[in-house]
Amino acid sequence: MKRRDMLTSLGVAIAAAPAARLIANEMQGFPHDMALDQAFMPKPASSDGKYQVLTREIDRRTIAAVFDRLIPEDALGPSATQAGCVTFLDGQLAGAFGMGATLYRAGPKAVGEDALMQKPQFIATPRERYETGLRALEAYAQRTHKASFSDLDAQQQDAILAGMEKGSIELAPEVNTQAFFELMLANAREGYFADPMYGGNKDMAGWKMIGFPGARYDYRLYADRTGEDLGLEPVSLIPKA
Amino acid sequence: MTPKRNWKRIALSVGGAAIVAAAGLGLWAGRTLDTSRSNVADDKVALADVHITDQAAIRRGEYVMRMADCAACHNASAGVFTGGYPFETDFGTILSSNITPDRQTGIGAMTERDFFNAVRHGQGSKGFLYPAMPYTAYAKLTDADMHDLWAYMSTVQPIPNKVDENGGMAFPFNIRLAMAGWNMLFYDRLPIAPTAGKSAEWERGRYLVDGGGHCSACHSPRNLLGAEKASLYLHGGRVGSWHAPDLTGNPHVGLGKSSAQDIAEYLKTGGDKTAIAAGPMAEAVEHSLQYLADRDLNAMAVYLKSLPASDKPRPQPIAADSQAMQRAALRYEVNCSACHGVRGEGMGNMVPPFANNQGLQSDDASSAITVMLVGGRASSTRLKPTGAGMPSFSWKMDDRQITETLDYVRNSWGNAAIPVRESDVAKMRKTLDATKNLPAN
Amino acid sequence: MANKRPKADVVIVGLGWSGSLMAEELTRAGLNVVAIDRGPWIDTSTHTPPAVDPDELRWGQRKEMLAPPRDNTVTFRNHDGQDAAPLRDYGIFELGAGVGGAGYHWAGMAWRFSPWDFQVRSRTIERYGRAKAQDGEMQLQDWGVTYDDLEPFYDQWERIAGISGKAGNIKGKIDAAGNVFEGPRSRDYPTPKLKTLRIMELFNKATTDMGLHPFTIPCANISEPYTNPLGVTMGACTYCGFCLAYGCGNFSKSSPQACIFPVLVRRPNFQIITKSCVTKVNKAADGKTVTGVTFADEHGRTWEQPADIVCLTAFQVDNVRILLNSGIGKTYDPRSGTGTIGRNFSFQTVSGADMWFEDEQINPFIGTGGLGSQIDDYNGDNFDHSKLDFIGGAGMLTLARDGAPIAKANALPQGSPRWGAGFKKAYAKYYRNYGTIFNQGCSMPVKAATLDLDPTYRDKFGVPLLRLTYDYAQSDRNMAKFTMDRAVEIAREMGAAHVSGFNFADKAFSTAVIASDHVIGGAVMGDDPATSAVNPWLQSWDAHNLFVVGASAFPNNAGYNPTGTVGALAIRTAQAIHQNYVRNPAPLA
Repeated sequence: MKRRDMLTSLGVAIAAAPAARLIANEMQGFPHDMALDQAFMPKPASSDGKYQVLTREIDRRTIAAVFDRLIPEDALGPSATQAGCVTFLDGQLAGAFGMGATLYRAGPKAVGEDALMQKPQFIATPRERYETGLRALEAYAQRTHKASFSDLDAQQQDAILAGMEKGSIELAPEVNTQAFFELMLANAREGYFADPMYGGNKDMAGWKMIGFPGARYDYRLYADRTGEDLGLEPVSLIPKA
Repeated sequence: MTPKRNWKRIALSVGGAAIVAAAGLGLWAGRTLDTSRSNVADDKVALADVHITDQAAIRRGEYVMRMADCAACHNASAGVFTGGYPFETDFGTILSSNITPDRQTGIGAMTERDFFNAVRHGQGSKGFLYPAMPYTAYAKLTDADMHDLWAYMSTVQPIPNKVDENGGMAFPFNIRLAMAGWNMLFYDRLPIAPTAGKSAEWERGRYLVDGGGHCSACHSPRNLLGAEKASLYLHGGRVGSWHAPDLTGNPHVGLGKSSAQDIAEYLKTGGDKTAIAAGPMAEAVEHSLQYLADRDLNAMAVYLKSLPASDKPRPQPIAADSQAMQRAALRYEVNCSACHGVRGEGMGNMVPPFANNQGLQSDDASSAITVMLVGGRASSTRLKPTGAGMPSFSWKMDDRQITETLDYVRNSWGNAAIPVRESDVAKMRKTLDATKNLPAN
Repeated sequence: MANKRPKADVVIVGLGWSGSLMAEELTRAGLNVVAIDRGPWIDTSTHTPPAVDPDELRWGQRKEMLAPPRDNTVTFRNHDGQDAAPLRDYGIFELGAGVGGAGYHWAGMAWRFSPWDFQVRSRTIERYGRAKAQDGEMQLQDWGVTYDDLEPFYDQWERIAGISGKAGNIKGKIDAAGNVFEGPRSRDYPTPKLKTLRIMELFNKATTDMGLHPFTIPCANISEPYTNPLGVTMGACTYCGFCLAYGCGNFSKSSPQACIFPVLVRRPNFQIITKSCVTKVNKAADGKTVTGVTFADEHGRTWEQPADIVCLTAFQVDNVRILLNSGIGKTYDPRSGTGTIGRNFSFQTVSGADMWFEDEQINPFIGTGGLGSQIDDYNGDNFDHSKLDFIGGAGMLTLARDGAPIAKANALPQGSPRWGAGFKKAYAKYYRNYGTIFNQGCSMPVKAATLDLDPTYRDKFGVPLLRLTYDYAQSDRNMAKFTMDRAVEIAREMGAAHVSGFNFADKAFSTAVIASDHVIGGAVMGDDPATSAVNPWLQSWDAHNLFVVGASAFPNNAGYNPTGTVGALAIRTAQAIHQNYVRNPAPLA
């Protein structure tokens, strides 16, 4: 490139160029519309009481039993299912999370991939993992106790869950049992502590248990009161009041 | 995504009533339609053929163009002054005209006299103009300013862009002659007469406010025929979904507590210590007022400060201990205080305070309802370029919650305002086609 | 066949901090700039207002503000005897998903690197002798710029961003209220430091009692309304605690949106093309320059954007991948030590201590992204390494960032049940009693580290993924162990009943283990074209109208967050372009 060829367009405003707009996503100046962008609108769980992914009753019974051992009812608060965690899970599995929409899912899944990453990785979506995992868990209970997982007593359920957590039992060859336990634990906690619009954390019970004041956005009135119990009531993202 | 511009319904009721009024008023026609003031202008050379070399006149003319805010309405996607800007009215859509010197589609064939007739008398090349074009105010422009404006227009790049201004108007409102009747009732073709005992600065201020600035077009209330109510001059008006506040010396809802300096700062930068321009006022500041000389802005401020206070008493504030106000206090802390301040003090020069904000306390809460529902953007000027956005809340709050929140900010920190009607919020939600609120839990 | 757009003076690839700062400088100088960003338009009030932001599930857990690995991931292995695998879920690469890049969701720690960090090789040899540079494993090299060279640009960046803080060294005058170890500054921060929250009080007292020098971390979460030199006003941080991985709803976290866009986006000589991914820089026939870039729009259509100057201002990994995919420069070969593209990847070597008190009210939900107290007593070369088996160190800090209840459910004292009634009991108590000391350690380049194109895995456009080969230097591992022990001592001094040291570097490095998200190198700067991809002006040695800007240019990583240095380098490069390069388009001296 010669020097005289450089920067020939210097100083000519793009706006003045007669070239037609070629791409939908060209922008100049701020957009006029000030309403909340549709893609950023909160996405509450559907409230019609219908299950979208956990359509099999046996699966719902199994996951409810698991969730209520992970977060049981006691003086500190409701159980996971009482707080709506199964509804929460169904909503999550029906959406982008369940579809693994953000995951890089191209194959092959390399041998030694999990060891290299120090973390299990999946090409299967969370929805698929729940499908196979819950069936395998139920089959395991039938195999070992001749009963549904949800019909086992708490001690028996805890023993299976502890075995899954430690990796001392394998539900089925196609299920990474430890990872499936971690998935259920993560989702139970999410349901218990996420904003109630997602179907769990009913009446903000999870937040009340630990003292989290929720979807507030300004603590300047309180920040100087260091070390004090502020006793702030939690607020949800879309409150009724 | 076409921006909604229904705030520009300046003369939305120009149609029906005016047609009725046109009948039987022939007596007045002579005076109203008299364009003899235009005789000072040349009637031979068309704009497209004019060659003006007086650079000082051209520069002054550009200033008149800024003062009269021509660009705000006559700019559109085809380029500067090419028109086509839609004014959505209940009678159909009016488009602004192409005012570039293009001979076929613009005003290139007009002589200077034609131009004077159009700008000051509302009589264009295709017949009567609709008062969306504020010729009732431009009628006050001096001959000197008009000559300079003509000089400036001669330097504008001619761009062909055919605009069918009233093609989107329904019959009979598409008949321009209807405007003749309206003019007979509400149009004064004469220049401003000096007022005894007033300073030159005051006179200049009045000229800017009433002439090019056409402030009353928005800030005066209008009657059923869409004309400004002279007796309530600058007492505050309604522009589409926005309230244009009282500009009189009223200390509660007007400019009584603002100094002339505050007012000049607001006009120049888009904000002062009590308010920040948004909506239609942001456009006025961005396109027009920020370009005016300090002495002119000071003159406008001096003139506005001289206006006697409107007769609107401060109402009794809503008691802070009601349940609704208590709920709203928490809602304010959760949603609003991050920007508007824990004590309604606003944020820097980018977010308006609520405490002691006169415009906010107006009886007409339309502007506040509008921005709560669909958001808004502050003006962006050379001196205060931020142009911060107010987020929309229609998706989150129902009509009651918005009503309570507005009552809270209009009645806290020393503020006092009449209660907002929930039905007004509901109506505005519909008018603006704002999102319905999501289910709460 | 590519569709062709009108030529621009400058095309900016990626509109994060680097791209925005450069675009602002260049458009102000009158150049026509087109910025191409992979993400959509995102702004404060229309996308992340206060009523959308405080949602941990969406932003903190599902990470919706981040570019998903689906579109943008890296394959990884520890050494070249292994097959690399793609990182499938979110890991250490926290790229932005929209305009503003990672500058929109970042936490906001706003550091300058120390003078030592720019000259690790020469200063190490000077103070400790050549052996200490460990040329067998490591590949230390100076930056070609010094702290003093960058100081004016750090200052400009801090002014634009409104950084809050308290200076510890103004022109050599030391003030114990700030960081006494920092390089000399020309003036104080533009806004005062943020409030001291409970965990910081405990940390400050303990470290002071131990003879250490605590100070408040300089933050891009600003403390009062502020108008920057561009005329743009920002708000004051509200300590809402929804910061890292979140947008900011009240204009108080410095970002391209909050600090630059209000003026930049309104300029007539600036244009943004969103949702469009640059895959390649196009080389000119002369072999000495480039002609523009090729990108794919949202619908997969291919476009060419010709430009006189190309600025790669994407995230570090993307800058390197675009260079490799464009065939610009020679790919680094660790065996021969030749080639420059892909050289000197480094990370950050993290250790620390978690701590739990018995009867505190930490109120963790009050906080902001960059807020915390730090000591630099064990950072950089601020302490004598002659008897130690490493160089460098870590910024040791306690965080007052957030109280995100889903994430914090993992932060329980050792031995606490992770589920069941025991979990509830432990969490109900320790949520308000938990704190951490985080050692943000330096990372020294190793010869074996490489970035090249993966032979197997590709993205949706068919472009090979970047392949990372990396493991920590032994020196860094030793440093992490040393600083972990110091952190445990501090935590005990703070009065914690339970203390657990942690050290990410006591095992192999993994991209799936989020010790930090500060990846650097791969197109490093330097004086020598044999060992650097860009010169000290971040101008490609291989094409003089190509500038590669960002943390990809760091030859080594410091014990600090990188953004301040990224900002300073971007401004310096942009000024060199419009002050010198456009007048004489040639390699800058």
